[in-house]
Amino acid sequence: MNKVIIAVAFIAAALLASFSARAADPAPVKRAAPTLEQRVADLEAYVNNSGRGADNTNNVSSNLGTYDEKANTFTPNPGPGPNAWQMTSAALVLFMTLPGLALFYGGLVRRKNILSVMAQCLLITGMVTIMWYICGYSLVFHHGKPDSALGKFLGDFGYAFLNNVDSSPNTDYSFWVSQNVFAMYQLMFAIITPALIIGAIAERMKFSAIFLFMFLWMLVVYFPQAHMIWGIDGMMNGLANPAAKIHAIDFAGGTVVHMTSGWSALVLCLILGKRLGFGKENFSPHSMVLCMVGTGMLWVGWYGFNAGSAVAADVVAANAFTTTTLATAVASFVWPMMEWFVRGKPSVLGFCSGAVAGLVVITPACGFVTPTGSVIIGVVAGLVPWFFCYKVKGWFGYDDALDTFGVHAVGGTIGAVLTGVLARNSANANLATNLKSYVTDTALQPLVFEQLKAIGVTLVLAISGTIVIAYIVKAVVGLRPSEDVESIGLDLAEHEEEGYHG
Amino acid sequence: MKKIEAIIKPFKLEEVKDALSQIGIEGMTVSEVKGFGRQKGHTEIYRGSEYKVDFLPKIKIEIVLPDNRVDGAITAIVSSAKTGKIGDGKVFVSDVEEIIRIRTEEKGDAAI
Repeated sequence: MNKVIIAVAFIAAALLASFSARAADPAPVKRAAPTLEQRVADLEAYVNNSGRGADNTNNVSSNLGTYDEKANTFTPNPGPGPNAWQMTSAALVLFMTLPGLALFYGGLVRRKNILSVMAQCLLITGMVTIMWYICGYSLVFHHGKPDSALGKFLGDFGYAFLNNVDSSPNTDYSFWVSQNVFAMYQLMFAIITPALIIGAIAERMKFSAIFLFMFLWMLVVYFPQAHMIWGIDGMMNGLANPAAKIHAIDFAGGTVVHMTSGWSALVLCLILGKRLGFGKENFSPHSMVLCMVGTGMLWVGWYGFNAGSAVAADVVAANAFTTTTLATAVASFVWPMMEWFVRGKPSVLGFCSGAVAGLVVITPACGFVTPTGSVIIGVVAGLVPWFFCYKVKGWFGYDDALDTFGVHAVGGTIGAVLTGVLARNSANANLATNLKSYVTDTALQPLVFEQLKAIGVTLVLAISGTIVIAYIVKAVVGLRPSEDVESIGLDLAEHEEEGYHG
Repeated sequence: MKKIEAIIKPFKLEEVKDALSQIGIEGMTVSEVKGFGRQKGHTEIYRGSEYKVDFLPKIKIEIVLPDNRVDGAITAIVSSAKTGKIGDGKVFVSDVEEIIRIRTEEKGDAAI
């Protein structure tokens, strides 16, 4: 463990050294009290989820916030409605990990390893939250430091330790949602993403190795990827950043969450090797019941994930809620129908896998496509990941234990492509702001090629990052437990607990 | 005194128990066991992975009876547990040397 702590401290110090805090000097401006018209305009802005008068003009104050004349700063109040929705969404996304994903994955492993999966989900929740507080939120959502190489990939440290992150909205991301709520909402995404990787490496990775791997992976893969796609000055944030190098879009995390975790999962499971007895022993799920319960929680929680990504309870969120429902229902129908057709029996795991695949594929698209677009996405989600799990995995023989690659990497990638193909101005008026020349409402609109470029960057980052981290972890603490530990089961050997007694 | 061990299909337990109580046999020991004979196992498919499950769940009933009641009990078990399909199970009969009721320390037939 000493080696782990030294490595962790070294990386944190290196990162801190390469950044310094930003400073701003506001020029003093005299503000007038708002007129009745301006006060009404504030209320309209609240209902329409747009910026209030005081945000846009320097000489007008607003009663929906506090104006400090001496410092010439205006601190806008959050909107109670948007905050209520965002806090609910944040809780829903946490619910996807605890206990949704823990049960979904836990049910699929053998009974001797169920607690190991749950311990890993819990570990990631705590560890990522600490990282998010220290630097994660800042690295993702602060502006990058200008004229610095790292500033192109990561935000600066202005929000480190959640400094300057209070209940007042950060208008880069939302006019009415408190920034601390926004930070907690985005934290839940940072938690579930590494937790998804567990699926590929289940039942055979040391707890200490997972600890170190996930820590490094957040710094090297997740924070840069999330900043590039979602940061206000992100180089792949086509929606909000007109100066983006790649004009890609990703509504709720097809590339940030599913592609990064899925492709990293494949690489890690290849480096890790197969489970002991793979292909000889029986690895069937110990409880399809828990798996189904987890699936239901994931589906419900995903509304917070997808519709919540509008960061407002507005027209975009309403559309995202609709498309999420349609795509998921269609995929959960298509997958087991394919099983029925090809193998003769529709399985509960087929229904569950189809639902998750549908949720994954619609994730980047949900806020940008029409209901019909989402049905197309649902059909593809039921077919392509199914094919990867049923056929491709067998052809190549990799031990992606719980199909993180087949569902999340494959689903996330085709989702990113389909978002490019199916994004329509009619579904999201914001597409006309910075992407007018990219979204032309045709199947081969220029956005498709921007999406392909973003996929390329994501693949390079996830794959190369994971290879480097995996070998570092292998050198420092080792990846696999001993054969004895693996046969006894990780629950008893690594946690001295058993999932079931009697 | 003889011991009857019957391996039966799990869903037949209630019927066998009822048939035995109808002829006045009220005590038995039941355990959940696994095994295979001619029936062999089945396959389970989870996504792309196919697993052959050799050991099937069965119920084992153990009863100890005086010699004169053994034939009746066997008939009751066989007729109630039979489905006519492969995997119905087997009945084993063996001699028992001694029985002791722990509470009263009675021995032999009196302890049954």
